[in-house]
Amino acid sequence: MHSELNKLTIADAAAMLRKGEVTSLELTRACLDRIKAIEPRLNAFITVCENEAIEQAHAADQRLKSGDAPALCGIPLGIKDIYATKGVLTTCASRILGNFVPPFDATVIAKLRAEGAVFVGKTNMDEFAMGSSTENSAFGPTLNPHDLERVAGGSSGGSAAAVAAHECLGSLGTDTGGSIREPASFCGVVGIKPTYSRVSRYGVIAYASSLDQVGPFAKSVRDAAIILRTLAGKDPNDSTCSARAVPDYEQALTGDVKGLRIGVPKEYFVEGMQPEVEKSVRAAIKNFESLGATTVEVSLPHSSYAIAAYYLVATAEASANLARYDGIRYGLRVKAEDHIDLYNQTRAEGFGAEVKRRIMLGTFALSAGYYDAYYLKGQKVRTLIRRDFDRAFEKCDLIVTPVAPTTAFKLGEKMNDPLTMYLPDIFTISVNLAGLPGMSMPCGYDENNLPIGVQLIGPPFSEEAILRAGDALERMGTFAPRGIAV
Amino acid sequence: MAESTRITLEQVRHVARLARLELSSIEEERLRADMDEMLAYVAKLNELDTADVPPTAQVGEAGTPMRDDEVTSAPAAEQMLANAPSRERDYFKVPKIIE
Repeated sequence: MHSELNKLTIADAAAMLRKGEVTSLELTRACLDRIKAIEPRLNAFITVCENEAIEQAHAADQRLKSGDAPALCGIPLGIKDIYATKGVLTTCASRILGNFVPPFDATVIAKLRAEGAVFVGKTNMDEFAMGSSTENSAFGPTLNPHDLERVAGGSSGGSAAAVAAHECLGSLGTDTGGSIREPASFCGVVGIKPTYSRVSRYGVIAYASSLDQVGPFAKSVRDAAIILRTLAGKDPNDSTCSARAVPDYEQALTGDVKGLRIGVPKEYFVEGMQPEVEKSVRAAIKNFESLGATTVEVSLPHSSYAIAAYYLVATAEASANLARYDGIRYGLRVKAEDHIDLYNQTRAEGFGAEVKRRIMLGTFALSAGYYDAYYLKGQKVRTLIRRDFDRAFEKCDLIVTPVAPTTAFKLGEKMNDPLTMYLPDIFTISVNLAGLPGMSMPCGYDENNLPIGVQLIGPPFSEEAILRAGDALERMGTFAPRGIAV
Repeated sequence: MAESTRITLEQVRHVARLARLELSSIEEERLRADMDEMLAYVAKLNELDTADVPPTAQVGEAGTPMRDDEVTSAPAAEQMLANAPSRERDYFKVPKIIE
């Protein structure tokens, strides 16, 4: 009767759970069966939590029977392996944390647990969230469910692929320079990076602290709104976390975008972009117009400096954050004669090539004699980028852009050239530097049947407007999801 | 990207020392080339005059949030030590530091 429960949206599954048409155990088993069937090919998970998930599903079913169950009660989710999960292996896709079992939950994990969500497993990612393809994982790459020769995007590629391939109903990722939006675009799902500080980062393994933000992947904009509502809000354990009240994001989905002013930045439609990407994004903008929105050209003149500023700021912060992996208190330890040697060798063996590359660049940018010319310069250009957005948002309510210049590329295609590998994030990075919210949602396919994403960017704390606009576009139904390859 | 040699192997070794990273000679050469390419790329920031621009270190909301001064419990020592690669009783064990 319900042969493909794992394909349900969260909104539909939650309604069926409440009517007693399905149990959380059935939903969870459907996801676990799917994981068993396709994981050998997809590799979206580092750890599958079968026993824990079954136990959580039983508990959720009890709670649902009592009639007092929050929205995510009984819903199977995938969790990026960057979140500390009490009692469950948490590796950050690195050898250096290959055996780490946290004694505590990240705040967002505790919130989801309190709602009765079911965790089917920890998803694959680029090591320490550094990458745009999930090829930098110590546990092998995640493949794209639409084409197994292609990457899922990164760094939250496992979380995006797991939702696209119906291994779970939704998932969590993190976004430092596009790590939610780019894999969402490559895998054809919805992904939202909220305003910096909207969601607690406590218990999220840090890459670049002033840029990292937590967010959901989902099969629909409504589902993303449901998860975000649970994640957002004040946390005494994270002093950067906003104390603002959390709106009911699902209530914001009215379908009405009349009078919405949409900004289209001229700098984001560049030469060299895949023509089908531009075509699909422009079609999405036309669709907004047909719904009663107006468009206005805006300018973000410092866009072309964003990648350079990002790689100075992010690597500098990473070099400081990753100093804690020293082999003393947790993780890998390589036997050595003295303690300096112990640090050197543990870190040499524990970190992968991309992580070393970024630690080195960041350490250099912060080192004596180079701090002003590199790190400080990056932070100043960051100010110019934020000012560009401030000016643009005087003329419009939301900015609409492509997510990435191309659709998913082939495995290995960019692995040996760091600069080429950094370019997929060209349209997402500025949003992190400015601390703004941004969402990626599907808007078309290229001729190889690979998904194309459109990005909606808003001023700080405009998640309601972004979700409302995205939901309205989705309701038009002009973008029909297609089958996947796995 | 123009071939430049602004970063020397000596500099790579110095930064690796600061970062506590032991590198093989192959890694040193590879990182020298990568850092060279990256630094040549980021040099485009010098096209911008930022003399009067303040740096942005944080984009979050201003102000320090305060919480009530209440006693809470931290994880027990046993939990903190559970992941220790090497321990002795209630201590993390490390190689000898003082002769």
